[in-house]
Amino acid sequence: MSPFGRGLLHGLRVTARNLMRRSVTSQYPDAKPELPPRSRGVIALQEENCTVCMLCARECPVWCIYIDSHKEVTPPQVEGGRERSHNVLDRFAIDFSLCMYCSICIEACPFDALHWTPEFEYAEYDILELTHERDRLRDWMWTVPPPPAIDPGGEEPKEIAAARKAAERAAKRDDSSGAET
Amino acid sequence: MADAFEVALRCAAVLAAFLLLPLLVGQTEHKAMAHMQARVGPMYAGRFHGWAQLVADGVKFVQKEDVAPAAADRTVFAIAPGVALVPYLVAMIAIPLGPGLVGQDLDIGLFFVLAVTSVGVLGTLMGGWASANKFSLLGGMRVAVQLMSYELPFVLAASSVAMAAGTLSLPGIVEAWEPWWLLWQLPGLVVFFVAGLAELQRPPFDMPVADSELVFGPYTEYGGIRFAMFLLAEYAGIVVLSALTAVLFLGGWHGPASDELGWLWTLLKTGVVAFAVIWVRVAFPRLREDQLNALAWKVLVPVVLLQLALTTVVAVKIA
Repeated sequence: MSPFGRGLLHGLRVTARNLMRRSVTSQYPDAKPELPPRSRGVIALQEENCTVCMLCARECPVWCIYIDSHKEVTPPQVEGGRERSHNVLDRFAIDFSLCMYCSICIEACPFDALHWTPEFEYAEYDILELTHERDRLRDWMWTVPPPPAIDPGGEEPKEIAAARKAAERAAKRDDSSGAET
Repeated sequence: MADAFEVALRCAAVLAAFLLLPLLVGQTEHKAMAHMQARVGPMYAGRFHGWAQLVADGVKFVQKEDVAPAAADRTVFAIAPGVALVPYLVAMIAIPLGPGLVGQDLDIGLFFVLAVTSVGVLGTLMGGWASANKFSLLGGMRVAVQLMSYELPFVLAASSVAMAAGTLSLPGIVEAWEPWWLLWQLPGLVVFFVAGLAELQRPPFDMPVADSELVFGPYTEYGGIRFAMFLLAEYAGIVVLSALTAVLFLGGWHGPASDELGWLWTLLKTGVVAFAVIWVRVAFPRLREDQLNALAWKVLVPVVLLQLALTTVVAVKIA
């Protein structure tokens, strides 16, 4: 058992130390928070990239992405060519009252049409307003930050790794063929 | 005519102190408590670090509707906040700031102040009874229990100083005070401070308003200006307790250059004690009801009785 009054003194000491320290409270509405890279605020849609492949809507665990589209047929470009059909986006909406910010849609998108932006001030008085339609999702694109630099010591990007390996292999082949001749 | 003017002036000065000092303590509590808990406290009211927070609170309280429960005892319910508040105003009359700087120099000043401040607790009790609410009633009963337990060590600790000084007059006690009293009256000082906290129902002795058990105890049904009066009574109580502690145990206006700056010394010591009241509130958790009474009867009363015996022996020796 500790001597009587030690806990009391400890309480006084802790509070006194806090009093002497500068408090770290951030004055949020006055001063915006400094968010870390890759912050998940809201999802932006680069609709020019979207091919209506529906992967995001299908992968979404909470089914919060709504996509409507129709097919359009382009006449053949050259004489005797085939006519081509392609999808045209009619509606793209994300219901942020359902979204759980898992990022699966963004991983799933094969054409980089979906992006995270760190904006988080989109609270609404009406829950229906939380369903962002395509024009609003498109507007969020302007707030998408450039991708952050790779962390020091992090894995290098796949494309670069592949290119580097190919270059190394080519160099090796050149070396070995050069030695033979 | 000159007499009447002087009386009016003294009353006005006491009233000004009564209106200003509790607000200062309250604001200090807002900010000091916040920083002790690693927060910043009020920041907006008055632009600079929320200095006008309590003014804003006051304005808000005044605007609120005056509600009383249907089953309440209306008269008692209505006058309870006044009964809680006014005694502290009256008590301030007898507390000296400097030599000759006192609202009214009473021969039995100490007795007067102690008697008057105990009336304040009655207001809380009345509020608890009149609210027709079980939480309030339980809180009121706890107030009564606390008053019964802590009045004894409180008064005995004060009487120890009175015996040492040989007078009940508060300025007289300060006159007789000498620095070495700090040492041999130390147990009395501690008991007086702790018992005073309990009388004010300040944390860690805030069992009557324990919000996790009793909503807000006797104040549950109060709102608006009446609630503000109860709050003001609490802070006025802190001022009175701190000033009494400073005057009785810390030597009031004694200090360097006490002839000119005596009042400043009294205020400074009062401020230090008031800060200790706030500090203790932040640092310690609330005592349980049985611990509360055990502390009073098993610790404070024996200690203060020993102190009283010591004071008697020394006082007789000196005389």
